[in-house]
Amino acid sequence: MYNLVAVRVAGWISALGRAGHFLSDVTRSLRDVGTWAGLTAVQMRRIGVQSLPIAVFISIFTGIVLALLSSYSFTGAVPLYFVGTFVGKAMMLELAPVLVGLALAGRVGANIAAELGTMRVTEQVDALETLAYNPHAYLVVPRVVAATSMFPVVVALAMAVGMGAGWIASISLLELSTPDFVKGLRLFYQFKDVWFGLVKAMSFGLVIALIGCHKGLSTRGGAEGVGRETTSAVVLSAEMILVLDAFWAVVLL
Amino acid sequence: MIVFRNVHKRFGTKQVLQGFSLDVKEGETMVVIGYSGSGKSVALKHVVGLLAPDEGEVEVDGRIVHQLDRAGLVELRSQIGFVFQFAALFDSMTVRENLALGLRRQKVNSRTIEERVRESLALVDLMGAEDRYPAELSGGMRKRVGLARAIALRPRYLLYDEPTTGLDPVTAAVINELMVRTRERLGVTGIVVTHDMTSAYRVADRIAMLYRGAIRQVGTVEQVQRTHDPIVRQFIEGRPEGAADAEGAAAGTTR
Repeated sequence: MYNLVAVRVAGWISALGRAGHFLSDVTRSLRDVGTWAGLTAVQMRRIGVQSLPIAVFISIFTGIVLALLSSYSFTGAVPLYFVGTFVGKAMMLELAPVLVGLALAGRVGANIAAELGTMRVTEQVDALETLAYNPHAYLVVPRVVAATSMFPVVVALAMAVGMGAGWIASISLLELSTPDFVKGLRLFYQFKDVWFGLVKAMSFGLVIALIGCHKGLSTRGGAEGVGRETTSAVVLSAEMILVLDAFWAVVLL
Repeated sequence: MIVFRNVHKRFGTKQVLQGFSLDVKEGETMVVIGYSGSGKSVALKHVVGLLAPDEGEVEVDGRIVHQLDRAGLVELRSQIGFVFQFAALFDSMTVRENLALGLRRQKVNSRTIEERVRESLALVDLMGAEDRYPAELSGGMRKRVGLARAIALRPRYLLYDEPTTGLDPVTAAVINELMVRTRERLGVTGIVVTHDMTSAYRVADRIAMLYRGAIRQVGTVEQVQRTHDPIVRQFIEGRPEGAADAEGAAAGTTR
């Protein structure tokens, strides 16, 4: 029993050590601007632009549900224009960053881990090194920079679309006028609502890309290894999103 | 000149190399033979710093590889071409882009890159394949592109990791001839790791056998063919019964 615990603890410490080593390598690779700068635009398109459809899809339905749920919950005791307040606050502070973050943990995190994992087991990463490239500068930094910079853009769009969907649902399905919805939306609005959501999105992008890259480059053992590390990257990213969500709420609110 | 000095390498509990020592002279092609999983590729990866020894050292032109800083390693790697067992081509890039990648790193201008790509593909008889993707190539063609990518850098050293593994005999013979041709035209020093004795006899100046993590015998092709060492004889003749412990040789020792 003690042996089992000791082995587990040793495994965690070793994993932490590897993650620390990886972070240090990535940080040092930032100096190799000539390698990663030109590759970042491609990753911004793959990670950011190509994620827009799923973000829009999620935010449309979330906005509609939020409007209907808030109206149902108020049951006439709270003025209906508070639907706008609820939709706006919930989308900006929580649901746009977290739901889009979770969806992109699957889409982006899995994509990065599987791609880099396949490159690792087929020796393409070793080949990069023998061609005198630093794999962290070539593979990791462009993805991390792209995810960190593009997640806030995707989430900003999701916030806007979600509130738009909530507004359309309110005026078409509830007895709420556009001026009343806007009045509610502006009632307790602070600019902090927006940047709080965007800071969270940025941190989610950073963590999802780092985890995907670390898991991908740590892959061993062929197709099974790629599958294992990809699953692990998605699960760990989703967990980290929830941990970061709570962290930012404690620190910034 | 490449010198392995008393190299030890362990992965977990598996001791792969234990006292591996070998000199590769300027201009020669050294073939390292040994059982599958005996550590031949592990030894090769020490030359370009993909692996670092637990003990001992690998010296290339007077530089101890594992002591080089990042800049030193980049400089060393620019002089070494590595041909991977399964080619390790970048599957999202065309053949041209695969060949050009290393040259761009060396800041070669685009006109020279285009010439080098053409020349290197001509050397491996693959003219016209520039715009094809690795997925569109056969196994033999991929190996040839892997070789072309290595020689496009005009290296002083070429390292081949199982260059004929998984190929039919005719394609394997083509690869052997390409290795010989490359050496004749570019004058490179080569290390070839293989367990294909036909290939070894065709391309080698000297052959070294790796057994249980260390060199069992090293000599010219003729010396190895005439050897009385029962372990080497069993391997080169491909006999299932004999003095060698194939499993032990492949797995190394476990502690």
